[in-house]
Amino acid sequence: MSTLSAEKTGVRVLTMGEAIREALAEELRRDPTVFVMGEDVAEAGTAFKVLLGLVDEFGPERVIDSPISEPGITGLGVGAAMTGMRPVIDIMFGDFITLTMDQMVNQAAKIHYMSGGKLKVPMVLRTTMGASRRSAAQHSQSLHAWFSHVPGLKVVVPSTPYDAKGLLKTAIRDDNPVAFFEDKMMYQLKGEVPEEEYTIPFGVADIKRPGTDITIVATSSMVQVSLAAAEMLAEIGIEAEVVDPRTTFPLDKEAIIESAKKTSRAIVVDEGYERYGVTAEIASVIADGAFYYLDAPVKRIGAMDVPIPFSPALEDLTVPTADTVVETAKALCGRN
Amino acid sequence: MAKAAKQTKPKTSKSATPDAEEWLTMYEQMVRIRSFEERVNLLYTSAKMPGLAHLYIGEEAIAVGVCSVLNAEDYITSTHRGHGHCIAKGADVDIMFAELLGKAAGYCKGKGGSMHIADQANGNLGANAIVGGSAGIAVGAAFSAQRLGNGRVAVCFFGEGAMGQGFLAETMNLAQLWKLPVIFVCENNMYNEYTHFSETTAGNPADRARALGMHTEEQDGQDIRVVYETALTAVERARRGEGPAFLMFHTYRYHGHHVGDINREYYRSKEEERDWVENRDPLALFADWLLAKKLTDRSVLDGIEAEVKEEVERGAQFALDAPYPDPSEVSTNVYA
Ligand SMILES: Cc1ncc(C[n+]2csc(CCOP(=O)(O)OP(=O)(O)O)c2C)c(N)n1
Repeated sequence: MSTLSAEKTGVRVLTMGEAIREALAEELRRDPTVFVMGEDVAEAGTAFKVLLGLVDEFGPERVIDSPISEPGITGLGVGAAMTGMRPVIDIMFGDFITLTMDQMVNQAAKIHYMSGGKLKVPMVLRTTMGASRRSAAQHSQSLHAWFSHVPGLKVVVPSTPYDAKGLLKTAIRDDNPVAFFEDKMMYQLKGEVPEEEYTIPFGVADIKRPGTDITIVATSSMVQVSLAAAEMLAEIGIEAEVVDPRTTFPLDKEAIIESAKKTSRAIVVDEGYERYGVTAEIASVIADGAFYYLDAPVKRIGAMDVPIPFSPALEDLTVPTADTVVETAKALCGRN
Repeated sequence: MAKAAKQTKPKTSKSATPDAEEWLTMYEQMVRIRSFEERVNLLYTSAKMPGLAHLYIGEEAIAVGVCSVLNAEDYITSTHRGHGHCIAKGADVDIMFAELLGKAAGYCKGKGGSMHIADQANGNLGANAIVGGSAGIAVGAAFSAQRLGNGRVAVCFFGEGAMGQGFLAETMNLAQLWKLPVIFVCENNMYNEYTHFSETTAGNPADRARALGMHTEEQDGQDIRVVYETALTAVERARRGEGPAFLMFHTYRYHGHHVGDINREYYRSKEEERDWVENRDPLALFADWLLAKKLTDRSVLDGIEAEVKEEVERGAQFALDAPYPDPSEVSTNVYA
């Protein structure tokens, strides 16, 4: 967990929330056409307090409280992006992206193509994902696969404060519509974030832990879950390599295939619903690119295919855990 | 790009009292739309045009009246019935025909077609095949105009059928709340496809804008002088920072919902159609007035018609002769 246990002296440690706020502040400072719009983003700093203080520096003209109007502000973002601005539209819960679907899927994603390249939509839709807060079915989904499905959109799923900051800055500077999914259980996660300016390119996976026996491709909070699983596996002599694609589109197929070729076994872990999900896409990439290197079928682990329940006794059953990853890895490695 | 003919761009006089020359330019634009549309009908019925064709014939006074008070840099967003708006905002008919036929020389390299033509050079942010879908783009363009302080306004054209979409209500709320320079132009031709709007729309659509405190007008859309004056007032208010407007113009489409909609008697009578064509035709009403006021004579109007017809014919021929896009174009412009 090298990127997380950054207690070395002289290295700055930020939470994921702080890293995101810092990325936004730097971009707002750098480019006057950037603005943030969403429900309760200004004084309240969003429901998760991630934007707290931004309005003090940049004012209500650039950190803008909107009506409760997800389609409206997303559509406004599309039009503003087409005409010279770089909007960051804040949708407080990822579940509410269903309301933005027409604007994201039929407008933002298609305008560049339909116009033969004449028009561009450089906007970011920032939203959340993830269960485990006992928020029940309408506040717990991870719907990033929906946007990953649509050509014209880019989708970011950061797993560390370092990645979140660098990727968000890239998202804001990108000339395309980008959906940026933050796991709401990870805002307090700490990690090293350097003082100096940096960005992280899209479509470049990061090996969060090198290993030789099995590849675990994991996204967002599932990276942390998989790193914990890898520690447990190491104790019984299985060295797992944890690969974090960081963006589900563009997807770093090469890095994923290379790792699977090296280890010859692979598990894909993502918090979205398992069926028709991100795990299916990545499993197919591995099957296609590393078939002759594989010693076992690729396994997928996603959220259970049920609406996320409220009761803690039930909710915990629906989300992938380190134990599940360990059990699956052991089975693949013939160690049951 | 081969120009099919010398074209007179719509002169944006913005004068409260246009002179004879300015009125004649508007007349010419109306003739251009009608003539273009008649040629589209022919292309479509002779199976030379793929896709769908939604003709604007009968509604020309609205597009031309409104766009004549705009500058080239001002924005419009348009609908599935968008040829009229596109021409009125300054597009060239040859490149439009090319787009309609899916040719490489088209406004969008043949990737948009009739329902998605965008013409950035003339401020046309695109026709839109999602009913009500472009309202966010228009409001976003008005937002960026306000924030960038460039003095532009945005016009959102839509049919009365879009009043059923909550998205329109949301964007109207944003526009009025933030005093954005956007004009909502409702072209009430009475039919949502094949259903009379009284069967789909509660109350008077204009009352909804009034309820927001928005500057609202309801006017005859067949008389270009009324449209021009109404639009001018709204645009000048918006430019002065006094906020948006909602203009509802009563009008009629002579043809079916699309070209294939031939047997229409189950939803509207032949008598009703005849009445509008014979007594409320925007070109005839305008010509009568120009002649009565002695601003022109018949030979001048005939000359305009002959010239435009020739230009349109040349434009259609240019498009028919033009090559299709190279197959390699299929995967370009997905991302900027
Ligand atoms: C969101 C959406 N729903 C349905 C349609 C199918 N559709 C296309 S045009 C139309 C009727 C539109 O009527 P109106 O807005 O009055 O415009 P008009 O055709 O009269 O110009 C419908 C239902 C669509 N394109 N988009």
